[in-house]
Amino acid sequence: MKKMKRNLPLHIMLLSALILMLIYNYLPLLGNIMAFQKFNPTKGFFRSEWVGLDNFRYVFAMPDTLQVVWNTFFIAVMKLIMGIIVPVIVALLLNEMRCIRYKRALQTIVYFPHFLSWVILAGIMVDVLSPSRGIIGKAFTALGLEAPFLLGDANLFPFTMVFTETWKEFGFGTIVYLAALTGIDPTLYEAAGIDGAGRWKQTLNITIPCIMPIVMLMTILAMGNVLNAGFDQIFNLYSPQVYATGDILDTLVYRIGMEDAQYGVATAVGLFKSVVSFLMLSLSYGLAYKYTDYRVF
Amino acid sequence: MDHQRRIRTTGRASVGVRIFSVFNYIFVTLIALTCLLPMVNLLAISFSSSSAVSTGQVSFWPVDFTLESYSFMAGKPEFFASMKISVLRILLAVPLSMIVSVLAAYPLSRQNHEFGARKYYVWIFIVPMMFYGGLIPSYMVVRNTGLIDSIWALVLPCSINVFNIILLMNFFRSIPKELEEAAAVDGAGHFRILLQVVLPVSTPVLATVLLFFIVNHWNSWFDGLIYMNSPSKYPLQTYLQTQVVNRALMALEAMRDIRRMGNISDRTGKAAQIFLAAVPVLAVYPFLQKYFTTGIVMGSVKG
Repeated sequence: MKKMKRNLPLHIMLLSALILMLIYNYLPLLGNIMAFQKFNPTKGFFRSEWVGLDNFRYVFAMPDTLQVVWNTFFIAVMKLIMGIIVPVIVALLLNEMRCIRYKRALQTIVYFPHFLSWVILAGIMVDVLSPSRGIIGKAFTALGLEAPFLLGDANLFPFTMVFTETWKEFGFGTIVYLAALTGIDPTLYEAAGIDGAGRWKQTLNITIPCIMPIVMLMTILAMGNVLNAGFDQIFNLYSPQVYATGDILDTLVYRIGMEDAQYGVATAVGLFKSVVSFLMLSLSYGLAYKYTDYRVF
Repeated sequence: MDHQRRIRTTGRASVGVRIFSVFNYIFVTLIALTCLLPMVNLLAISFSSSSAVSTGQVSFWPVDFTLESYSFMAGKPEFFASMKISVLRILLAVPLSMIVSVLAAYPLSRQNHEFGARKYYVWIFIVPMMFYGGLIPSYMVVRNTGLIDSIWALVLPCSINVFNIILLMNFFRSIPKELEEAAAVDGAGHFRILLQVVLPVSTPVLATVLLFFIVNHWNSWFDGLIYMNSPSKYPLQTYLQTQVVNRALMALEAMRDIRRMGNISDRTGKAAQIFLAAVPVLAVYPFLQKYFTTGIVMGSVKG
């Protein structure tokens, strides 16, 4: 009883967050009933006509849907793979630097692009990636080759997305690994040094095994993102000529829902994505808990 | 750390190791430069004359230095009006988000045996992380709560960020229990412990979360696009998205004839607008960045 009284303030503290979450996180969950309605905003959730699974049938009968699901999956998975490999390598390289000040300065620089919005970066990249004005285009022209149209060629577009996303996020991604690297017990290196192991051997036999658990954990946790191909980036960089390979579920939801106002159909697409993501997230958190004892809370 | 460094450098610094070191320094420096140069290029363009830019002379230093593009912007009141909306949004949203997040993180940082209801509350926070309500349902909620065209549509829906709450919670957990226990013995309640014991030692994580909230709010553009019907209510990034970036994409779409893009004369003006939109992030970043690695690392490692 005394404990309950003492803990009352804790409940009060949580109240504001709970109210905000109830409205803006939980009500939308209920709003997903629109996926089973021919939703009409003037009639609202209760008087719109119920259509069962018609919206889902309609979505999967559209010629582009499977392609869009594939585009989403392809771009997202490529990003996940690059998003682990590149930061691990850069963290290892930074870790080999002995001049701590210089290393800090480089870290500060590579973290920075993470904090710029895709609106700003798209404004810059439309220039940088242009075949006629961009640095890459100029390099190709200087070599006498035809400059690639990185944002306008449907064959190249997904790779442009993977590359630019990796560029933006790799620095920020190194933070976790650098922390793990500084946490390695120095006596391990000491012992290896006495045994005559050089720098390369030390890296191979001490550094890499020591950060493997965190690399595994980050890989498992990344699995929840298999359908997150990056709406902000793609919306700001794509154009109809690359829809064939660059259109993803999120952009499709936007165009069906916000531009064509087919709310029921768009909600159905969104719900499909949410359900798949939910299953993947459950799997990844489950695995992470089982193998590394990781808990979100 | 110092110890480790000494041991590792006193090992035989063979020729191979030295060569590797040199290449390593050069390679990582080049990578880091790629993160910086696009901004430098943008800045150089914004200070150059239109003709120098359209003939492709500008790379990392202004050519025919001029303030033309910035004076051109002075004649664009929409730009500054949208900037005002972004600032107002941050002034409203960041304090609200900080308070709500800290207040939620503290109870969640208690142990289960101490605060029995914690295990139920935790699930309320996990569900939204696992299952996204979706764009259209979220839009309908904002619309049905009457927030369309209101600044609060840019403030309230994104005020809770579970990731930030987890960062705070984990940091609070890592604070030595003795400090709080001593205060509790003196009869301090939870509010006083939070204010007088926990918060004063939590600067790194508070700075980190503050940086994340400020940058997130400054950078958001999509909510402005869908929740604001009239462009006069757009925050800065939405204004940029619709007026600058999207226009360039439309041009991209219209042309297979690539060369025409080179003649767009407002490139310097565009660069100036994009650069000014990035200035606040550039300005807060150096002050807060010294905290955020500690904040993130302490916050994501379990105590």
